[in-house]
Amino acid sequence: MKNLIILGAGTAGTMMANHLHHELKQPEWQITIIDERTEHHYQPGYLFLPFDIYAPEDIIKTIEEFIPKEVQLIKQKINRILPKENLIQLEDGKGLDYDVLIIATGAKIAPEETEGMKGSEWQKSVFDFYSFEGSLALRDKLRDWEGGKLVVHITEMPIKCPVAPLEFAFLADSFFKHKHMRDKVEITYVTPLSGAFTKPKATEALEHLLHEKGINIEPDFAIERVDNEKKEIVDYGGKTIPFDLLVTVPTNKGDELMERSGMGDDLNYVPTHKATLQSKDYANIFVLGDASNIPASKAGSVAHFEAEILTDNILRYVKGEPLKEEFDGHANCFIETGGGKALLIDFNYTHEPVEGSFPFAGIGPLRLLKESRMNHMGKLAFRWIYWNVLLKGTHIPFVSATMSEKGKHYENV
Amino acid sequence: MEKTIAGKTITVNEEGYLTDFSQWDEKVGEALAAEDNIPLSARHWEILKYLQNEQKNQVALSIRRIGKSGVTDIKEFYQLFPNAPLKTATKIAGIPKPASCI
Repeated sequence: MKNLIILGAGTAGTMMANHLHHELKQPEWQITIIDERTEHHYQPGYLFLPFDIYAPEDIIKTIEEFIPKEVQLIKQKINRILPKENLIQLEDGKGLDYDVLIIATGAKIAPEETEGMKGSEWQKSVFDFYSFEGSLALRDKLRDWEGGKLVVHITEMPIKCPVAPLEFAFLADSFFKHKHMRDKVEITYVTPLSGAFTKPKATEALEHLLHEKGINIEPDFAIERVDNEKKEIVDYGGKTIPFDLLVTVPTNKGDELMERSGMGDDLNYVPTHKATLQSKDYANIFVLGDASNIPASKAGSVAHFEAEILTDNILRYVKGEPLKEEFDGHANCFIETGGGKALLIDFNYTHEPVEGSFPFAGIGPLRLLKESRMNHMGKLAFRWIYWNVLLKGTHIPFVSATMSEKGKHYENV
Repeated sequence: MEKTIAGKTITVNEEGYLTDFSQWDEKVGEALAAEDNIPLSARHWEILKYLQNEQKNQVALSIRRIGKSGVTDIKEFYQLFPNAPLKTATKIAGIPKPASCI
């Protein structure tokens, strides 16, 4: 019998288990998935938790309920990957051999990377919303915060879901309006990028929205430290920004397992071929989702598109056929803009987000790069799609893994 | 678009970055630095050469990586190329503006 092992039962790993168990069956294949956690969190929900839009029970289920019966689930910490020996070493010392390995261990926040971030003000006036605990603590803080300077801040790129901090700023604007205290809150959006987003067309649209909502933007800010006494953030150039409430996205890093195994780059991301999703160092290792170093967004939609292509490539690999160089970096993100509206963006390695309609060219019903209520409904409906369609590896009708250029307003196309 | 600098015609993109590194020489570098009011010292040149070399080896440039390069630290990098050092330094070095990670 041959062994395929998946490390990580988050969005990407769970989808792969669901795709592959139809294809690589017993008795020839045993699929095993390893994760030390017991809960599966709908991570996009962390954005809504602080504003009491979602409650914890909306975004937490067990890992087990999404893993097919034929797939063996091991709930244990992974000590090391020994890629030259095709071996996984578990915390209890037990070793598991593999023929094919899929790494889907994700990324998480590392506030300790920035001096003073996890200091005396951590979870008092300095918060993150990229972890369940952080998001919940921030909810409690916002429930009775009386206003002042709110600073929404990105430490450094890359981060998971690069639009989430913008959405946070938009939702905060909406939240304080509803509480009739918007005039008591000054919102500043601080980013290491030179604008609101990484792609010029979307940046233009998003900066317009920031302006419209009276949110200040401070670009090109590379944080050196958080000053807990003065309550300000300081950048390497000496610029300071004072805060009463700092909502920061700390440095994101891949899992420490990569460091222990000597397989990651300086942020613990695994060097990966961006079109095939094969590891650059080991032919029988594949990487998807946030764990890889490919220049695509770290987002669930990317993992979803990757999973369809990776399933094909793994089947090709086990048959000894050449891999398809098919992944184009396709990402598709709803951006909550507050007041019950949202934007939708669709982009890949080479094409930036533009205006147009989605998924049906010329029809929609969703509009790209334009605020609409329909897009917001789409974002809220997405939680249902995530639990019931996406994780199960079911193809979403009309949305292809590689990006469609139809119905979009490209210049020079 | 074309631009004449240090007695030489160079091709740059909308943001002023050279599109063809073969047009770059130290005189062009000095003139581009002068546009940002940066007189180039020996330290500046060490960093610019390092950046050009990383670019040649197709290493993705980031502030973090430069901080760990051993060539300079982030603090000094900011002192030498104020405000947005990576963007300014790459422009002077004649290499593309680092694609910000998405």
